[in-house]
Amino acid sequence: MSAVQSPAVLSGARTLLYKEVLRFWKVSFQTVAAPVLTAVLYLLIFGHVLEGHVKVHGVGYTSFLIPGLVMMSVLQNAFANSSSSLIQSKISGNLVFLLVAPLSHWAWFVAYVGASIVRGVVVGAGVLLVTAWFAPLQVANAAWILAFTVMGAALMGSLGIVAGLWAEKFDQIAAFQNFIVMPMTFLSGVFYSVKSLPPLAQALSHLNPFFYMIDGFRHGFFGASDVSPWFSFAVVGASLCAVCALCLHLLRIGYKIRH
Amino acid sequence: MPAISFQNVGKTYSSPRGAVHALDDVSFDIQPGEFFGLLGPNGAGKTTLISILAGLARASRGKVSVLGHDVVSDYAAARRSLGIVPQELVFDPFFSVREALRIQGGYFGVRTDKRANDEWIDELLENLGLADKANANMRQLSGGMKRRVLVAQALVHRPPVIVLDEPTAGVDVELRQTLWQFVARLNKEGHTVLLTTHYLEEAEALCGRIAMLKLGKVVALDRTSALLAGTASTMLRFKMDTPLPPQLAAQSRVTGRIVQVTAHDAAEVERILGVLRQAGCQPEDLEIGRADLEDVFLEIMSGAPRPAVPLRVAV
Repeated sequence: MSAVQSPAVLSGARTLLYKEVLRFWKVSFQTVAAPVLTAVLYLLIFGHVLEGHVKVHGVGYTSFLIPGLVMMSVLQNAFANSSSSLIQSKISGNLVFLLVAPLSHWAWFVAYVGASIVRGVVVGAGVLLVTAWFAPLQVANAAWILAFTVMGAALMGSLGIVAGLWAEKFDQIAAFQNFIVMPMTFLSGVFYSVKSLPPLAQALSHLNPFFYMIDGFRHGFFGASDVSPWFSFAVVGASLCAVCALCLHLLRIGYKIRH
Repeated sequence: MPAISFQNVGKTYSSPRGAVHALDDVSFDIQPGEFFGLLGPNGAGKTTLISILAGLARASRGKVSVLGHDVVSDYAAARRSLGIVPQELVFDPFFSVREALRIQGGYFGVRTDKRANDEWIDELLENLGLADKANANMRQLSGGMKRRVLVAQALVHRPPVIVLDEPTAGVDVELRQTLWQFVARLNKEGHTVLLTTHYLEEAEALCGRIAMLKLGKVVALDRTSALLAGTASTMLRFKMDTPLPPQLAAQSRVTGRIVQVTAHDAAEVERILGVLRQAGCQPEDLEIGRADLEDVFLEIMSGAPRPAVPLRVAV
């Protein structure tokens, strides 16, 4: 497929973006409120146990935890949006409405990733709004916060498309989420600084791209992080380019959707 | 320029048992304004051919175009010219009927916020008997209503070429009549219609030309009237409780108590009645009539020789 850029194509991409946002918004109790509640529960439990015992980057544990929880919610929900929408459409068969439309693979990509970013930002903002009441939080550099939010959500939205195209049943998406996305986010330093880990675990953490997304995002709040935000930016940027390239290639060839 | 052109189309699937040839060198054109029927038994390749036309599948060989636009290299223009009613009863459970139609139109570049398009959506809803369901969620609709929405979705961008893939499978008489009245009107207004159906009486009544597929090959292609004229022209229909004499079995079709026997001329009718009398059979409600498309279809699919109707590929 070639990327035909005409007003009709742009309208098609805009409509698909609108439809994808409307889709999750219609079930916002499940797609927005539930992840916000989950993040608050993490904060209450871990904050209650560790506040007063642990200080990281010179701030209290609850303050340290909040940016990590926000970013974790952004990443998980951005992934869930594109992956669940695609697998639902594939299994119910209504993907045919998109397949017969004159949409380029770029239009699919922009719309699905755009909607993932919107959902990630909405859930992240919700988590931030609710958890900010529990501990003082500063903003050292808003540009880093914005950059890592958008890049992280775009990366996970693209990865969600790849998973949605690859999976043939809900079970496979759940496996992708539970055995890849969840462990990588939990082991990325959401709940701790990787500097507190033994050398081997520290080295392994530095191979995890999720670590750089969360560390760079956190730098935007505290002005301090485990690695330089520029280095994190480079790693996340390279990872984003690689996943986007894979995603666009699979959409272009109609991987598992055009036979 | 043909509305739809299939040129030497082949499709081969790989399966654990080896290569499966779903389509083999299929070539024919459908002219603008035609009401064209594509018939064949299950597995003949009808849906594969339509999937290639719609971009849901890719041909292994050959070319397919819609109004001169290649479905691969110029897919956007080809798809904008096509309205496809899929065979499966699919719907998006998140949206109302009107939302689904606005979204589908938007994919094709129809601005959904313009009053003009909503007027067309209202006309579609009215013509398909959906006016009072416009704001109902898709999940709340019956199967027949969902089928009507599929038709409306296919037409929402006003395509010049309409493809109906078994649109009346499992739907009630009312919907069939509503649908055919509407589609016939669109055809009269200049839309090209390609129909696949298992209801052969519908194809006979609606289609000016018909192609028949068998095991991925075109085995007949002609005007409907020519196909009917070329078959055994007489059909004896009667009801009978006793077994059919063996000498009539080869040229008969039995459905429960109803027996249909083909005959080429009056002398053969006499011979058949004689065989029945000799065997002591007592046929009830005997009728002698013209053969219909179902008889032609069965004759062609059984591989019986049809000297009167050679395979014609030209229009």
